[in-house]
Amino acid sequence: MTLLRTSKTNRRSFLRGALAGSAISVSLPFLDMFLNDHGTALASGAPIPVRFGTWFWGLGHTPGRGMRALEDGGYDFIDECRSLEPYKRDYINYFSNFNMPLDGNPSAVHFTGWVAGKTGSVPHGFGGIPAPTLDTIVADKIGAATRFKSLELSCTGNPVHSYSYRSAGNHNAAEVSPLSFYLRLFGPEYRDPRNKEFTPDPQILLRQSVLSVVEDERDQLLRTVGSDDRIRLDQYFTSVRELEQQLEASLSAPPVTEACQRPEQPVEWPLGYDVETVGKTHDAFAKILALALACDQTRVFNMLYSHASSEVRVKGTTFTHHILSHEEPPDDELGFQVQTAWFNERSFEAFARMLAEFVNIPEGDGTLLDNTLIFAHTDTSDAKTHSVIGVPSMTVGKAGGRIKTGLHVNGNAAPVSQVGLTLMQTMDVPIEEWGTRSLRTSTPISEILV
Amino acid sequence: MIRASRLYKTLSRSRMLRALGKYIIVCTLGVVVAACGEPEPVISGSEPSIRRLTEQQYRNIIWDVFGSHVVISGRFDPILRQDGLVAVGASQATISASSFDKYEKLARIIAEQVVSEDNRSLYMPCRPHEVGRPDDACAQAFFEPVGRMLFRRPLTDSELDDSLTLARKAGEQLGDFYDGLALGLTSLLVNPNFLFVIDGVEQASSADTDAELTGYAKASRLSFFLWNTSPDESLLAAAEAGDLETKAGLKAQVDRMMQSRKLRDGVAALFTDMLHFEEFDHLEKDNLIYPALDPEAIEDAREQLVLTIQNHLLDENADYRDLFKTRKTFINGRLGRIYRTSVAEPELWTPYEFPERTGRAGIQAFTGFVALFSHPGRSSPTILGKGVRELLMCQRVPDPPGDIDFTLFNEPGSQQMTARERLAIHNSVASCAGCHRLTDEIGLSLENFDGAGQFRASDQGQVIDASGNLDGIAYEDQTGLAEALSQNPAIPSCLVQQTMAYGLGRSLSGSEKNWFDYLLTEFAEGEYKFKPLLQSIVTSANFFAIKSIPDDGEQSVQAHINPRSDKRSES
Repeated sequence: MTLLRTSKTNRRSFLRGALAGSAISVSLPFLDMFLNDHGTALASGAPIPVRFGTWFWGLGHTPGRGMRALEDGGYDFIDECRSLEPYKRDYINYFSNFNMPLDGNPSAVHFTGWVAGKTGSVPHGFGGIPAPTLDTIVADKIGAATRFKSLELSCTGNPVHSYSYRSAGNHNAAEVSPLSFYLRLFGPEYRDPRNKEFTPDPQILLRQSVLSVVEDERDQLLRTVGSDDRIRLDQYFTSVRELEQQLEASLSAPPVTEACQRPEQPVEWPLGYDVETVGKTHDAFAKILALALACDQTRVFNMLYSHASSEVRVKGTTFTHHILSHEEPPDDELGFQVQTAWFNERSFEAFARMLAEFVNIPEGDGTLLDNTLIFAHTDTSDAKTHSVIGVPSMTVGKAGGRIKTGLHVNGNAAPVSQVGLTLMQTMDVPIEEWGTRSLRTSTPISEILV
Repeated sequence: MIRASRLYKTLSRSRMLRALGKYIIVCTLGVVVAACGEPEPVISGSEPSIRRLTEQQYRNIIWDVFGSHVVISGRFDPILRQDGLVAVGASQATISASSFDKYEKLARIIAEQVVSEDNRSLYMPCRPHEVGRPDDACAQAFFEPVGRMLFRRPLTDSELDDSLTLARKAGEQLGDFYDGLALGLTSLLVNPNFLFVIDGVEQASSADTDAELTGYAKASRLSFFLWNTSPDESLLAAAEAGDLETKAGLKAQVDRMMQSRKLRDGVAALFTDMLHFEEFDHLEKDNLIYPALDPEAIEDAREQLVLTIQNHLLDENADYRDLFKTRKTFINGRLGRIYRTSVAEPELWTPYEFPERTGRAGIQAFTGFVALFSHPGRSSPTILGKGVRELLMCQRVPDPPGDIDFTLFNEPGSQQMTARERLAIHNSVASCAGCHRLTDEIGLSLENFDGAGQFRASDQGQVIDASGNLDGIAYEDQTGLAEALSQNPAIPSCLVQQTMAYGLGRSLSGSEKNWFDYLLTEFAEGEYKFKPLLQSIVTSANFFAIKSIPDDGEQSVQAHINPRSDKRSES
């Protein structure tokens, strides 16, 4: 067994000394020295990191009421997406008419649409996750240096509502309570990176020692199990290693922007599907998330406003968003499903409020949103018919100037995996080809790339 | 029915003779009369499994080892259901990075509580020579029994050394024996040997197979199945002594376990899994529409179902099928509001029998079951019927086709229609009718109970028509449905199938159909009593049968146990 491993003796030895006393106080100059040894410069010279996130809303658009394409290649947000219009030119690209050929698989309603878009593979049916979701691939690339490799959030109160998977058995469940989320990020274990006397949590080394003991068992244990179980156990040990990396990252002050600050601690409230509660939960998550990114606690997130087949509803009414999408007849005069569209409108208003939180955080010459790439996606193009033809999606943010914005990209039935491939390549994932069968592609969407 | 000629195709001669031997002995002694028509088929088993602990199992183990005053705060990431059961999902689940982060935090919180000044006297078999310094002997006296309970087998020498070294060095650095101990305990609580139930395997003693479960692995399989927790000291001792390798030894332990109150936890866990009761955790009802079914009442509604199942199957040892027409249950004040009856002692659970006039018969008509399969603000005959078909009858209702044109159902005024009227429209479309007929007839028969399971005589001003037809049996109302359900052969068949899959942690394979048929026959001949079914499963060699792990050059069959602690290996 290895205790307090000595591969980085200077740091460990130093802190071992510090731990020997009951009071732990490490002065900045001393700490600074080994932070440079860590390979990550402090805020002054560090490049601003580019973050990646997803934002999911259930049930797509009411047909024809989200976006209107313009002849010059641009577009206007209309009707239920009107709240996004202020962000369109500088931040948002809209993708329409991309296709997901089912290759003989059934279209599992409210499932196939988001799975294919996020994994590049069509599932064989409900429950099957054919490949890792792209957020995990990006997280492997950019998430290792932060306290949390990725953060998953669901505004529905149900932790199962997270569309982040490494495999069917390796699901990143969602945080559902803003208070729990706050405490996880900014609770007692949080160390303010702006503090000139940045002091790592003395518990970190002890925790690393525990993980070291566990890791030492890996080889012996993997030798004794079958191949499938070996993969599962290996994923467990990967999780152990990732926590070790997080702890390692916590030993140093991350590069932060001037806007980094501890958010206000939220109170707790009953969670649920009524539209007011979902919106309130969403807003609270957005505030904390934006500051978590500003303080470089994570660089990857997955936010879910409503799940596929959204059960969001208005208190005191018997029909949910999902039921309405199927059963509400189009208004005789207006020609569309008025109540269904109302729920969609609330979704995008919430998203716009989240973007406002990002824009309100200055970073260098721009804002947090300039240095973020968000993939906004959904499960269907027309909830009434469960259609997965032309499921809409968007990129939001400039990804540190790596993409153009304000564009409408008509896929003309190209595979939807082109969107995912473009996202990953933008985030520096070394991947030339992505997806399976008809969704296999090596063609990124060059129109949006700088 | 199983035939000898088929058996010979798959079994070695010795296994066949052994199976026949059991049959002959059993029938001679008349112990299991039901099985005397046929010998028990022998299955080849599956590869050893690794199952992630469920949240309840984790909690049960901690409370068993350290007492229920240990606060297990924080949330666990759920294990996703596979093939209808979390128990099957647990055999395919790993631990994601974010999950492990939570386990690690929880482990530290538990360890801190265990070594706290207030609690340490409860767990420590000794006192250190000096609190400010490590004490290996005292630490070992703590880690050996605790590690044995957590890992469900003795710690190996290296595992014990790791814990001791960690405790010693941390104790030295921190200047506190107990802080070091906490760190060592934390390392056990995040260890895969605790968080996963890993089948220990050893060389088989018979020539029929080259591998079999260790005694400790058998003890775990028994304990998680019957008690939903890890083996207690008595069971571990039996495993260590090799008692589980003999029929008499196994029977003695099973008899003891069947008498334990922990069996109630085990049965609750099985039905919680089979009937998706974990979804009560996120069940939401509109408090403007259903003010009586508040979060506390929702929790009570779940508890009522569990209490009813435990009472019916364990205390009354009644026919399983009658669970679907029973009117006997338990009630408290909050549920009294929903069932519109006064409860003398509202804070207590009181035995209660629904009057016949209420039409409330069978757990499928209880408020919990109805509410679980309804929308937040209204009933859903389709969802409720699907729940009955899939969960109680193990009949898969096909997924809706991906190309339905719902324009057909956009009837003006549909929001003012009764459920029967709305669904009649669905049934008018051929592509929908096939599946809706499977589900809606059942759900519509329970329309006298609204989305919160409260009785109502009418819907949208019209008297509810609760008549229906279940697989050819026509009835007039929900009590007729109850009778039809209880007589439906899919009901006991589903229970046997799910109980087997739950216990084995995997879906049944085709080669296990013979064993399934055998158990189902036995269940029927035993008048559908649940406890004998459990007993038959756990006393069968099939329950412990494994195939050896394919040798791919990187692994070998070996026990995960410490030879120094395994008396059988010493003999």
